[in-house]
Amino acid sequence: MLVTERERLRDDIKAWSQTFGTERNALIPILQEVQKKYSNISQYAMQVIADVLDIHPVEVYSVVSFYSFLNDKPKGKYVIRLCQTISCDMQGKDRVARQLENDLGITFGETTPDGKFSLEFANCLGMCDQGPAMLINDQVYTHVTPEKVHDILENIRRTFGVFALETKEGHH
Amino acid sequence: MKAKNASKLTFSTITPNAGLTAAADKSRSDIIGEISASKMKGRGGAGFPTGTKWNLAAAARGNQKYVVCNADEGEPGTFKDRVILLDHADLVFEGMTIAGKAIGSSIGIVYLRGEYTYLVPHLEAILARRREEKLLGKSIMGRNGFDFDIHLHMGSGAYVCGEETALIESLEGHRGEPRNRPPYPVDTGYMGEPTIVNNVETFAWAACIMSKGADWFKAIGTDKSTGLKLFSVSGDCAYPGVYEFPMGITVRKLLESVGAADAKAVQIGGASGHCIPAPEFDRTIAYEDIATGGSIIVFGQGRDMLQIARNFMEFFVEESCGQCTPCRDGNVKLLEGIEMLEMGECSMSYLRELESLGETMQLASKCGLGQSSPNAFLSIVKNFKEEIMGRLP
Repeated sequence: MLVTERERLRDDIKAWSQTFGTERNALIPILQEVQKKYSNISQYAMQVIADVLDIHPVEVYSVVSFYSFLNDKPKGKYVIRLCQTISCDMQGKDRVARQLENDLGITFGETTPDGKFSLEFANCLGMCDQGPAMLINDQVYTHVTPEKVHDILENIRRTFGVFALETKEGHH
Repeated sequence: MKAKNASKLTFSTITPNAGLTAAADKSRSDIIGEISASKMKGRGGAGFPTGTKWNLAAAARGNQKYVVCNADEGEPGTFKDRVILLDHADLVFEGMTIAGKAIGSSIGIVYLRGEYTYLVPHLEAILARRREEKLLGKSIMGRNGFDFDIHLHMGSGAYVCGEETALIESLEGHRGEPRNRPPYPVDTGYMGEPTIVNNVETFAWAACIMSKGADWFKAIGTDKSTGLKLFSVSGDCAYPGVYEFPMGITVRKLLESVGAADAKAVQIGGASGHCIPAPEFDRTIAYEDIATGGSIIVFGQGRDMLQIARNFMEFFVEESCGQCTPCRDGNVKLLEGIEMLEMGECSMSYLRELESLGETMQLASKCGLGQSSPNAFLSIVKNFKEEIMGRLP
């Protein structure tokens, strides 16, 4: 990690500790902010958080390793979580899963080489009446079919992806 | 994203803040008396009497008591809390505020599951409006000393945090590992202070009870299971969605209402609930018969029951917090048993061993997760032996 990146991370954590406090109950809200902004919680981040909260860094690691929405390894900018629980399973999640793998060229548990998409299964997303359901970051998608997968991914690529960025920069 | 049938809920007919207005002028013991008189039991599924819980917390000594709303709706097949928070969040916050007055607490916390992060802007906007309208904050409705505010706390993807002591551990910044009980949260809860943890739906009904009276609520349902209940219906039925029925409804009547009269079986109470086969459809959904938080998953005639059992066991293997042995290892053994059944390699005596293991888990696990995780396996084995034994792979 570059020195400037480390400084930015340290400043962010300090700022979040102003919002959430420096007691132990601030730990998970701070971790959630780090996760949201940096898409993973590095060892360095854990050390800084431990210093700020005055606890052992392993205490921080213990919490990070427990929760499935917190992770210490880098993930894609967009994390796709397909619901694998019974109602979505019965509504055809296996075929959606296959199509996601086909269109992204990765299998579940992997991240695309460009660092854009990670593919995971999730347990019940609470969309059982509208399955198959999946989350892409915080956004929920319902009634997903294998046919719709391509459009959903393309839409994300266009709206947020490299194409949108290039167009913007082209106008400078 | 609005659910079907949501407009038909009783929640839509309640005058906003009528319950809070009534509670504002009542003494703490009168509020708790009204909730106790309604005989409402917790809508999360465990069925602890709400009035009793509030009374215990009100009587407990503490410097800062807490009202916690359990919005960690993770039970497979359950989504009614999402619909309530989407369409009737005001009623939930109103119920929490009433609870705050009842137990003498000024701080409410909504523990919202991480999967529902997209609800946050909607909920924050409602909280901000309620603060402006003096329904939250200092001197609520102009009553001196009636202070209460609510903030959101996000979960991070752990089913076990729906268990109230695991939820409190998580709020405090720890791994979501359940605590031994006693002590119960009403004595030693969040930050070691008296805390009530109630389901989203429980708070909404509490507001309705304060508005319409305990007698109205008590007149509905059965003697031991009073009132109305929301059900999340999914699976092989014509009209999935959120429904409201009186407690004590038969499984058959419920299935007819959702367009699933010819179901093969129905899972009531989610992965931790029971699989009810067609011959038992005249049983009732009530705390004295089949207790549930409201998850109804319908299985049509063509479904393979073993595949369903596998899905549930995979869920528990992933979601066990790993703290106690019966749950951590037991669920893995049951899943291996299902794999043997799929391969047609399970003897009847080994299946009996697995059933016995399931019963041990029900008795010896530390929390509700492990105590209920074998339920689906056991009820499927019991009711569908003919279908699962002697398979050809």
